[in-house]
Amino acid sequence: MTERRSPLFLERQSYRRRRLTDLTRMLPVIGALLWSVPLLWPSGGDNSPRSSVAIVYLFGVWLGMVLLGALMAWLLKRADPPGPGRDG
Amino acid sequence: MATLNILVAVCLIYVAFLFAIAFAAERAANHGHVKWLHSPAIYTLSLSIYCTAWTFYGAVGYAARSGLEYLTIYIGPSLVMIGWWWILRKLVRIGRSQRVTSIADLISSRYGKSNLLAVGVTILAVIGTTPYIALQLQSVTLSFAVFSAPEDPSGLLPYNDSTALLVAMGLALFTIIFGTRNLDVNERHHGVVIAISVEAIVKLFALTAVGAFVVWGVGGGLAETLQRIDASEMGRWQMRGDRWAALIFLSAAAFLCLPRMFQVMVVENDHESHLRTASWAFPAYLMVMSLFVVPIAVLGLDLLPKGANPDLFVLTLPLATGNDGLAMLSFLGGFSSATSMVIVAALALSTMVSNHIVMPIWLTLTGGGAKMSGDVRHVVILSRRLSIGGVVLLGYLYFRLSGGGSALAAIGLISFAGVAQFLPVLLGGIFWRGATRSGAFAGLSVGFLVWAYALLLPSFGTGTLISESVMLNGPMGLSWLRPQAFFGIEGMDPLVHAVLWSISLNALVFFLASLVDFPSPLERLQGAQFVNVFEHSSRPQSWSGNMAQSEDLMIMAQRILGGQEAQSLFEAEAQRQGMTGYLPVPSPDFLQVLERALSGSVGGATAHAMIGQIVGGASVSVEDLMAVADETAQMMEYSSKLEAKSEEQARTARQLHQVNEKLTQISVQKDAFLGQVSHELRTPMTSIRAFSEILRDSDRLSAAEKVKYSSIIHDEAVRLTRLLDDLLDLSVLESGQVNLNIQTGRLSEVLEHSVAAALTGAGDGKLVVRRQKGREAVTLCTDLDRLSQVFINLISNARKYCDAEAPELEISVIRNQDRVVVDFTDNGSGISEQDQAVIFEKFARVSEMKAGGAGLGLAICREIMARLDGSVTYLPGQGGTAFRVSLPVSLADA
Repeated sequence: MTERRSPLFLERQSYRRRRLTDLTRMLPVIGALLWSVPLLWPSGGDNSPRSSVAIVYLFGVWLGMVLLGALMAWLLKRADPPGPGRDG
Repeated sequence: MATLNILVAVCLIYVAFLFAIAFAAERAANHGHVKWLHSPAIYTLSLSIYCTAWTFYGAVGYAARSGLEYLTIYIGPSLVMIGWWWILRKLVRIGRSQRVTSIADLISSRYGKSNLLAVGVTILAVIGTTPYIALQLQSVTLSFAVFSAPEDPSGLLPYNDSTALLVAMGLALFTIIFGTRNLDVNERHHGVVIAISVEAIVKLFALTAVGAFVVWGVGGGLAETLQRIDASEMGRWQMRGDRWAALIFLSAAAFLCLPRMFQVMVVENDHESHLRTASWAFPAYLMVMSLFVVPIAVLGLDLLPKGANPDLFVLTLPLATGNDGLAMLSFLGGFSSATSMVIVAALALSTMVSNHIVMPIWLTLTGGGAKMSGDVRHVVILSRRLSIGGVVLLGYLYFRLSGGGSALAAIGLISFAGVAQFLPVLLGGIFWRGATRSGAFAGLSVGFLVWAYALLLPSFGTGTLISESVMLNGPMGLSWLRPQAFFGIEGMDPLVHAVLWSISLNALVFFLASLVDFPSPLERLQGAQFVNVFEHSSRPQSWSGNMAQSEDLMIMAQRILGGQEAQSLFEAEAQRQGMTGYLPVPSPDFLQVLERALSGSVGGATAHAMIGQIVGGASVSVEDLMAVADETAQMMEYSSKLEAKSEEQARTARQLHQVNEKLTQISVQKDAFLGQVSHELRTPMTSIRAFSEILRDSDRLSAAEKVKYSSIIHDEAVRLTRLLDDLLDLSVLESGQVNLNIQTGRLSEVLEHSVAAALTGAGDGKLVVRRQKGREAVTLCTDLDRLSQVFINLISNARKYCDAEAPELEISVIRNQDRVVVDFTDNGSGISEQDQAVIFEKFARVSEMKAGGAGLGLAICREIMARLDGSVTYLPGQGGTAFRVSLPVSLADA
């Protein structure tokens, strides 16, 4: 491991970065799916979920999205080779 | 009433505080201390203008009426932010690379810089935003009313209108002061951004404070509050699925398309990386903002008397429980939400109105862009200011006319659906190269017609703008065209119905019309630049110009960007091309840079038209399209290599050409000078010899004659000495053996002395010297005598050569960070371009023999300035002869 040659290292790094952006792209899709779950709940009847449950679920998804987003932002920043993200 | 007075006082103090902060930010930005202004946190906070008074007050009302549906308004934008990699990243990159000033500018630039499209988008944006501004005024007025008459919060007081008017005027004033301080080529407004960031914190803090008070102070803790929620009317999940999905989509679309959001998200963006932080921080902000809405709504419904306006629970709940301080804080939060929205909306709309409607009309009326006289900047700024006033006034009028009755949320959603019509055109523009202008135009028109017909007109109430028979049976009995049941599909929620049909018909028509249309070359080029912005951000689009137009371009650029800005742009470009002076070759590259700089001030379409007027229209060559079309890496690399090489060669050739021309001219001058010097020396010599012979040989001279002849000899000797002195001075300076006598003194004194010295002996005293004494207070540490020698030379040149009937010389002083620049501009006919190249050479004389100098003055000036670490250059395009002296300021003063 100590003898990693530079090209291989770079390739691996840019490969990781690509997969990272893939995950970033997927985040809103995941979020949209999770926030669409309430469409499946029965509405207005006696067997529909209590509002407190709904609130906890919706805000839980929200918090999860925020945390994941922050994690992705941090990872992306770390993986960002010096240069991109510069002034356009 | 005492509370009301305190409230007004608090409000005024708060406003004064905002003004002070905005001023401080502007000052810091002017002094270059902008690092903290450019932080991701400020960017994220400025995005929070999405949360207007509609959020602050309206969300609670919304929750009280429709349960958890209010969350859709915040979930949509959260999804957009979390998905920043898809859309926002591209929008921001395009916005920066194309110097986009507004959403209308973006759309018009994408579709071939069509001003017609920009005008359309602008008008639609104004229609969509006006009710929203009215909504903010209404919320401020209502919240004032709560304090003045707590027992009757819905009662409209006689001075409500004047409250709204005062607020509107104050907001317009703030926007005018901080939104149009200067024409920034980047369209950034630090004062505004910092003020709305502070307001963002205030409203977040206020709402959380009220929320925490309600949950822990009134509700008795988290678990109990949740139980209360379950026990209330909204205890069970109640939702129409179609509304849930449609509203999330609608708020996401509006988030992208609202002119004010576009302003803070794209135009005011400083760095793309800020988006990365905002991608999670802004959803977090929205989450906290909406966290306490339901508890406040539920407890408000529980505790407050029936019939209390749920839109005002955020205020009335603390008031009813006797927490006046908290109510005050809550009022400030609502006030912040309303004001920040109006400020940014007015700013964004005024840029659009001014750039795409007022300026084009003004340019047409005054006979066309480039050739009019005077500084255009004040016209642009004036038109911005008038537009701001106009936009806010429209909002106020809407507030007055609508009477301010209906529930807050309804207006907000109608407005959202209106601006969401930009979405197909916007997304199509940045993701699909086949989108065309006529497609965009057709799609937008259809979308807005459907929106107005199905949503806006019915919202005023059946029978007001749309008759009952039309609502029930459709126009002219066409039942499939009923406003709320297109194609006979009944029973849909009116909002979902309108959003569904308007957006899908909009997108469909946009798509189909784009398919059948054939775009112009400029459209195709712009399309490729937008869609492939990450591959090639800066493909030049070919302008073709020639040298003679550079000066015209400079004259135009100075009027729009201001003298200094334009001159440094031109100088930098000239240097990049390997030339000296201020006039670069109008290469396609340079013209594109210039167009982008101009478009920051007057918008893309106008800038394009103005440059087109001077260089005679854009030509998009086959090569350009090929280069864009061929995207294989190899091709790109090969062509860019060739390009770099040919550019290098062109630069060398230009340099060689310039040097060669100069050499030839100097050689011609040298020959001429040798004759000149012989002549100059011979004429006095001849007369000295002749008169001294007379004195020697004739005895019968009268005393008077003797005096006359000997004084002629003396005068000629003085002339010879002066010529020889000049030559000596020059050779000493050139050889670098000169001793400088460094002193510290004031520029004003040096100028004072120089003007006096240069104008004495002028006799007629015709030359009028105009100075700006206020700006001359600069301390210099240099050889003051030598400097004054340069000034005297320049001033007496103006005295001798200015050929205007009433000659005037303007001496202006500009202070940069470490240099001071003194411009001497007269109102004569100037110096022709070919002479500009040689005037600083020895023995160069422009006007033949008129004043009999030896042509050494400017050469000496140039050498002196070089010794003083400064420069003296000719400044073209100022109307007359203009020289610029630039020299370093002493450190002690800086």
